[in-house]
This record gives sequence, structure tokens and C-alpha cells, in this order.
Amino acid sequence: MGLINQIAKLGRGAIDLVVGLGQAGMMLWGAIAHRPRFRKGTPLLIRQLYVIGVQSMVIILVSGLFIGMVLALQGYNILVGFGTEESLGPMVALSLLRELGPVVSALLFAGRAGSALTAELGLMKSTEQLSSLEMMAIDPLRQIIAPRFWAGVISLPLLALMFTAIGIYGGHIVGVEWKGIDSGAFWSILQSSVEWRQDIVNCIIKSSLFAVVVTWIALYRGYHVVPNPEGISRATTQTVVQSSLAVLTLDFLLTAMMFGS
Amino acid sequence: MLTRKIEILVGLFLLSGLAAFLILVFNVANVEVKTGDSSYTLHAKFSNIGGLKVRSPVKVGGVVVGRVSAIRLDPERLEPIVTLSMDKQYKYFPDTSSLSILTSGLLGEQFLGLSPGFMDDDVEMLVDGDSIDDTHSALVLEELIGQFLYSVGSKG
Repeated sequence: MGLINQIAKLGRGAIDLVVGLGQAGMMLWGAIAHRPRFRKGTPLLIRQLYVIGVQSMVIILVSGLFIGMVLALQGYNILVGFGTEESLGPMVALSLLRELGPVVSALLFAGRAGSALTAELGLMKSTEQLSSLEMMAIDPLRQIIAPRFWAGVISLPLLALMFTAIGIYGGHIVGVEWKGIDSGAFWSILQSSVEWRQDIVNCIIKSSLFAVVVTWIALYRGYHVVPNPEGISRATTQTVVQSSLAVLTLDFLLTAMMFGS
Repeated sequence: MLTRKIEILVGLFLLSGLAAFLILVFNVANVEVKTGDSSYTLHAKFSNIGGLKVRSPVKVGGVVVGRVSAIRLDPERLEPIVTLSMDKQYKYFPDTSSLSILTSGLLGEQFLGLSPGFMDDDVEMLVDGDSIDDTHSALVLEELIGQFLYSVGSKG
């Protein structure tokens, strides 16, 4: 009997997973597969851009600055042993553009904006606001989910670019202002090693995909929450854990595709 | 519903995203050289510039007096021509000065070393647009090793 139970448990898990993926796909499809309504949709989108994008800016900028600075300081200590501390510029810029910028901003975004989205939607669901919207013949997917999804997808790439730019500036502060690397050497080697297509476009592609994944997970977890306090807290935790894992896994796959060969 | 403040903040958010993008494109990926009023240009022809790059410093006795502003190839003689953007503050170099491409440290970046020449009554000063004729090219490590091996081999 014990073995049968184990097999049944495995099967239930697999069915739940497939059902979850299907529900998440249906939710996203229902939310975004419509003709855009600019006059009605834009105010909702701006409102969400404010909540998701503008309010995440402070944490992104501050952590970007400090990550750039700490990267430069650690890199300097290693590079100075080889007498090549001028290569600090490309080290900071490339590691920020290729990996840290998109990934760390996506992780921060999942913690800052994703969890808030899940909690907000979960509370809407448990207080039956979503059902009330349906009663009034307003599609909650279009009214509630769609603006949040688009706001997330627009915000995160912008936040990742800001993170990277201010991180490079942080590297400049430590490398040039503090450690005394020649500013021309810092920028000239940096500029000659960063490429538009290879580095900046890939940075934007990465963070756009992360934006879709993180926002989608957050919205799905909130929309299909178990409507009680415990359910909301579980859903919020799951959002952060699952989107962080998804970002890190996806990052490896994307890196392998972009820089692997 | 929407307050004016939110609209302004969202606008600023989008603009700062755009600004970060432009900074990355024009300041980090591409080279942007401004030749302002506070500088004058000199030209120099080398036979080999090694790893010299645009924005590499020009130094006199270790003091940065200017930067490389452009590197191109002479279409007729197929030799690299380096354009220097010199700080106006340092404008008293005689035209007998010489330029050599030096390396900071064994593996470090290359820069231009300017050695001021002798001054005499009939020696003119370098002014905007002049070219420096006395130049020493970069030392290429592989060539040096090749010469060394060749001289060792011919002895034995």
C-alpha cells in the first residue's frame, strides 16, 4: 500500500504541475491577447508603472552603486597583483552588463515588486474583489492583470539598464577616484571591450525575459491564491522563491546560448 | 484617479531608463571624443602603434598632457597616423620633440611618451595642426623574441 501511495503522490504532483502551467498560460493569454485599448488602458498602465517601476528605483539604484563599487574594489585587489589594474574597467562593465545587471535587478525586482503584486492580488481575491468585478461585467484579467503585466515587462529592462549604468559609475568612483587608476585608461579599455550587439543588446534581451518570467509568476501566484491569510503568505513566499530560481536557471540557459559558443 | 505627481514620476522613470540606455550606448560601448576649445591637435606618424588606443594618455615625464583622439591609416603609405588632443595648458613644446609608444608595466596599457626636444632661437614651437616627425614605434614582444632567437642562433 505504501508504494501505491507514493506513486499516487508522484502522479498528483505531476498533474498539479501541468494544471498550474495550464492555468498560468490561460491567465496570461486572457490578459494580453486582446486588441489594445489605449484610452482606457493607459491610465491603468501609468498607475502600475508608478507602483512597480518608480517605487523600485531607489533600491535598484542604491544596490547598483554599491555592487559596482564592491566589484571594483575586489577586482582591483586581484588585478593589482598582476600590474593590470587598468583592466578594471572592462571587468566591472562586462560583468555588470552580461550577468549582474539583469540578474541582480531581476532578483531585487522579484523581492520588491513581485511579492507586492502577489500580496495585492491575493488580498483582492480573498476579499472577492475580483469576483465583484466579474459581476459588474468587467474582465479582471484585462482590468487588473494586463496593466500589471505590461508595467512589469516595461519596468524591469529599464531598471536593469539603470542598475548597470550606476554600477559602472560606482566602479569608476572606486577605481579612478579612490584607487587612482588613470581615468583615460579606465574608459578607453572599457569602451574598446564593450560591444553594442554582444553586450548591451544581450543585456536588454535577458532582462526582458526575466521581466516576463518574474511578473508572470507573481501574477499567477496572486491570482490563484488559496483565499485565506495563510494562503496569501504562502503565495508571496512562493513568488519570491520560484521567480528567483527561475531567473537563475534561465540566466544559465541564456548565457550558454549567448556566450557559450 | 491619476494624480499629476504620479504622471510626472512615471515620466521621470521612463526618462531615466532612457538616459541609462544612452549612457551605456554612447559612453560605455562607443567612443566619444570631444575636442573642446581647451585643446590643440598634433599629428604623428608611426610604423607600428602596437596596442595604442583612442583616449590613451600622452605623458611628459609621467604627467598626462593630452590624449590620443583618433587613429587612422594613411591611405597612400599605409602607415598609422595618430592624432593627439593636447591640453592648451601645456603648449610649449619645441618641434624637435619626439614621441615614443611606451608600456606601463610589463603587461599594462600602452601610452605615448613625449620627450621635449632642445630649444634654440631658430627652433619653432609646436602649434595646432603640426605634426611630430621624430617618432619611435611600439616594441612588439614577439618581434623582440624573434630577433633574440635569431641572434642566439647565428652565434652558435
